Amino acid sequence: MSALSAGLRRMLPRPTRRRALSGAVALLIIAGAAVWAVRPERDPWTAEDLRLTVRSGPADDEQLDLDARFYLPRDSSGKVPAVLLAHGFGGTKQSVRDEAEKLAEQGYAVLTWTARGFGRSGGQIHLDHPDYEVKDAQRLVDWLATRPEVATDAAGDPKVGVVGGSYGGALALLLAGQDQRVDAIVPSITWNDLGRAFLPQSADTTVTGVFKKAWAGMFFGNGAATGESAVTNLTGGGEEAPGPGGAGTGGGPETTNPACGRFSEAICAAYLQMATAGTPDEATLALLAQSSPAAVLDKIKAPTLLVQGAVDSLFPLSEADANARGIAATGTPVKVAWFTGGHDGGTGPTTDSDRIEYLTVQWLNHYLKGDGDAPGDDFTWSRVAGYSATDRGLVTNGYSAGAYPGLGGTGSTEVTLTGEAQQIANPPNGNPGAISSLPGLTSRLSSLLSGGVAADVPGQNASFPSAAITGAIEAGGAPTVRLRVASPTGEATVFVKLYDVDQNGASTLSAGLVAPVRLTGLPATIDQAQPVTVTLPAIVRRIEAGHTLKVVVATSDQAYLTPAAPAVYTVAVDPVLTLPTLAGTRIADAGTIWWWVLAGVVGAILLGLALILLIRHLRQRRRESTVTEEYADTPLAVFGLRKAYGDGFVAVQEISFTVQRGQVVGLLGPNGAGKTTTLRVLMGLTQPTKGEIYVFGHRLVPGAPILSRVGALVEGPGFLPHLSGYENLRAYWRATGRPWEDARFDEALEIAGLGDSVHRRTRKYSHGMRQRLAIAQAMLGLPELLVLDEPTDGLDPPQIAEMRRVLQRYATDGRAVLVSSHLLAEVEQTCTHAVVVNKGRIVASGPVGDIVGDSPSVQVDVTDVPSATRVLEELGVTTLGTEGTSGLIVDTNGTPRSEVVASLVGAGIGVERLVPRRRLEDAFLALVGDNSRGSGDR
Amino acid sequence: MSASAATGYKASRTMPIWAEVRRQASRRRTQLALGFMVLLPVIILLAFEFDTDRRDDDGGGGGGAFSSLADLATSGGLNFTLFCLAVSSSFLLVVVVALCFGDTVASEASWGSLRYLLAIPVPRARLLGVKLIVAAGYSLVALFLLAGTGMLLGTIRYGWGPLGSSIAAEIPPGEGVLRLLGILAYFAVTLLVVAGLAFLLSVLTDAALGAVGGAVLLWILSSILDQIEALGTIRNALPSHYNDAWMGLLSTPIQTEDLAKGAISAVVYATIFWSVAFYRFTRKDVTS
Repeated sequence: MSALSAGLRRMLPRPTRRRALSGAVALLIIAGAAVWAVRPERDPWTAEDLRLTVRSGPADDEQLDLDARFYLPRDSSGKVPAVLLAHGFGGTKQSVRDEAEKLAEQGYAVLTWTARGFGRSGGQIHLDHPDYEVKDAQRLVDWLATRPEVATDAAGDPKVGVVGGSYGGALALLLAGQDQRVDAIVPSITWNDLGRAFLPQSADTTVTGVFKKAWAGMFFGNGAATGESAVTNLTGGGEEAPGPGGAGTGGGPETTNPACGRFSEAICAAYLQMATAGTPDEATLALLAQSSPAAVLDKIKAPTLLVQGAVDSLFPLSEADANARGIAATGTPVKVAWFTGGHDGGTGPTTDSDRIEYLTVQWLNHYLKGDGDAPGDDFTWSRVAGYSATDRGLVTNGYSAGAYPGLGGTGSTEVTLTGEAQQIANPPNGNPGAISSLPGLTSRLSSLLSGGVAADVPGQNASFPSAAITGAIEAGGAPTVRLRVASPTGEATVFVKLYDVDQNGASTLSAGLVAPVRLTGLPATIDQAQPVTVTLPAIVRRIEAGHTLKVVVATSDQAYLTPAAPAVYTVAVDPVLTLPTLAGTRIADAGTIWWWVLAGVVGAILLGLALILLIRHLRQRRRESTVTEEYADTPLAVFGLRKAYGDGFVAVQEISFTVQRGQVVGLLGPNGAGKTTTLRVLMGLTQPTKGEIYVFGHRLVPGAPILSRVGALVEGPGFLPHLSGYENLRAYWRATGRPWEDARFDEALEIAGLGDSVHRRTRKYSHGMRQRLAIAQAMLGLPELLVLDEPTDGLDPPQIAEMRRVLQRYATDGRAVLVSSHLLAEVEQTCTHAVVVNKGRIVASGPVGDIVGDSPSVQVDVTDVPSATRVLEELGVTTLGTEGTSGLIVDTNGTPRSEVVASLVGAGIGVERLVPRRRLEDAFLALVGDNSRGSGDR
Repeated sequence: MSASAATGYKASRTMPIWAEVRRQASRRRTQLALGFMVLLPVIILLAFEFDTDRRDDDGGGGGGAFSSLADLATSGGLNFTLFCLAVSSSFLLVVVVALCFGDTVASEASWGSLRYLLAIPVPRARLLGVKLIVAAGYSLVALFLLAGTGMLLGTIRYGWGPLGSSIAAEIPPGEGVLRLLGILAYFAVTLLVVAGLAFLLSVLTDAALGAVGGAVLLWILSSILDQIEALGTIRNALPSHYNDAWMGLLSTPIQTEDLAKGAISAVVYATIFWSVAFYRFTRKDVTS
């Protein structure tokens, strides 16, 4: 157990005060960051679930409950403007929750509700009928006017904006047309004419269009369904099943009709008629017209921000275009924004949803709160730029132009098409059919924009390609072509599509949009066919240089209801495709800000660096210039040097000594006495805890230039193993940056005495060879002070003798040498002066002669130690100790050695040997005696 | 009489950059690393040559934009270069950069030559500065060697053509070269994080392998964490989060937002690591 804890203690740094402090600070910071990251955020709004009872219907006598939620900003002082936030088809108040919270955060009272016929609200679906859904909303406006938190324009007239998408967007338009209390609206991805949306006709003819069966079916199925469906997924809602109260309040027995679900009788009948026949009757058309904002546009006085998606085969850009023109005609402020998304494309990339959110808030802030300048009528749109590198989603770039140009673009270009009249077959019952889009699968945004979904059936389509485009075209708007069709039946339903074909032949039907065309009164032969202008759905797309455009006329499309009878049409396209283009300025997105941030960060770093360099420079200059005159001519003076390590271990207690010119000073001490630590401090490798070192009067600190006058061998050689000894010396000298001629290579190499081995790699050197090379390196440039740590380590006796001579010779000419050693003999033979160190303290110092001079003690080897001790005692000689079995160390106390021997011999004790001992040895032995074991490397 | 330094000694002249360049150039691992940068495009080229039925397995599409880079690799010299860079960006370049920066101080410490350099004396900050510059130089040389060899081989074998990508339209050759240079620059910037980390570890430890391995290991750890989507926005702070932002350079116009964010992230991380390295090294006791 204790061994384990000791091991642990050795492994872990010892907890000094400084460590504990910095550790605690770090822990605090981490803990603070963690708490900050996970702290429960207090919502800046409050919400209240309500059931609001409204009376609507043609006679305002039909009562039903609406499931609603009212959000209020938490920290608002006084009254705030309100926003009615309507959800999409199949959704509930839950679907718009995020948006509601964001608006509440912006300081609006937000009322969301589940439209009649959905979720827990009562009633049946009347498709935004002015007498039902729109009246419901009017009652909600009444309710808002009664709320004390809501700001009002007049009694009963709250400051209110209406925001909604798709079904909710149409409601916003219809409500603004019906109720002048509405102050601003932001309808998005919604329709202008529901009849045209479900029965689109792209040719300039009055013939009824082609039934958009896929979308219609999806909507009808969704309204009839009780649970989740594809469209509820699309609008993000539908978590709630209709509650029992909701279905019961206004639904009545109709909800049990399996054919109609929660649709009202009239809507149900209209759908069944239209889906069966493919063409609507008068009643159906009237019903669709009632639910269309087209009829009330001239009554809309509320400033309108129209948001429409470019990837929307249900309500394409042309619907918003019609709304914009209709509302603007009366002078009401209108602003249009397109984004890359829609019923097929979803909410689009973040850059788009951010832009729309910004525009919405800007619009409401100005027209409801009166904050900010009037948002101009500038038009913004986005275009796909590619894939996001980090999350693989699509990335769009935003653009803006001065004014909304409509679907004709800011300019236009003409592309020449080729191709003769071709025959195409209409498949019976539209099967097999071409695929253009996949209604309800919003996740296909990227495939809709980069090919993959669209597929044509051979034999059913005619192709009219262009030549390769020479320069990239920024298409934006509705392209037009002139089409001629001949049909044996006199009627034809065809779909005109525009493909973007790249160099490898991969074709993309931009956003999956097609132009359905139904023509009647057609001749049987193409020669007699009259051209009709077909306006293709508006697209936003960059057509790259080198791509070709291809107009395809197909007979079938799975999203549409086509004639059941097989037929063969002949189609031809005039060779001119008119392609509107959009030119605008790129909206500076967040990316630009980040570049500025980057510039700022780099600037700050450079500034900080410059500052640090300046401070260092000033400090260094001051340090270099100070000379302590007293020691100006002393190679080395050490005062009160102390080194304590972070873990509390004190390697050097206190050491002071000087090395004068011409001296060879030996730093003598047992292993672990603190010699190496002292030398490390001398070389500027280690910071002393206390004390001062002067080299020629210059204060020595790590890296002080004065170190250049010192040559060193500390803790063994250190060479680049892959270089030869000679190259190592050259590399070393190169690193000094001093002139070559100052190096005295030849002298150094002579000292090294390696012969030809100097050209071998040092990796292969023996210990002694490395040692000699290291000494040579230390002597490069003949420094005035040479510091050598255990220089004779690894050398053989002749080399040691040679080294002694070299060192002694070196110290002439005013130079000095400091040698550390744990061998007494070496110091004694090499040095002029010695400093004896033990346990980090100096125990003796002075000229070797003084220290080594004869001492009063001698060692006597005798045959009988006990008797000899006794004899010597009588003589007045004190025994200091024993050495081995026969050795005695004695202090003669002035008694001549000859007398000592004579006495011993006289007493009959045999004297084997008598060795005079020296002072240094005494001192050394006394120190080392109990210390040489277990002392660590200091 | 008492000169503050030996004649000819000047702190600002010690450890000339050229001397350090030669020190590193003579090392086998530098030569091997640079040699491999030349070898890799050759290996890739040979692999493409032997692979005859590559066209068949396009359908999978699992790799997204990356697999399409592989499909396009043989369409021209620029695309071949791009492929070489893309395959090496996630690991090989990381290892090479970690080697350049992680080995530089730690190996001197392990040889014992560091203390002699400091005793010259080379001022510690200068020593680190020179080592940093030279390591950066070698890393750049490695990067350009890889790109240059790829470009040369690819152009010889597959011809000179536009830079294609599945992300956006083909980019004409002239601009394609600029885009490639941009990608190279971005790689260089993102690798600053590895450089910083390896350099810091190099200063902290005497074991060169520990510094190199530690930097690579932490980099891989960051990449793994980045795959875990549950971490949410925390991932944005990971040093390797914006690694793939170079793909933004393939679209027209260039998507620069992530490039800028990646550059900020890398610069900030590198500055922190280098600052700590300098702080530590200028104060530490060199005991090796």
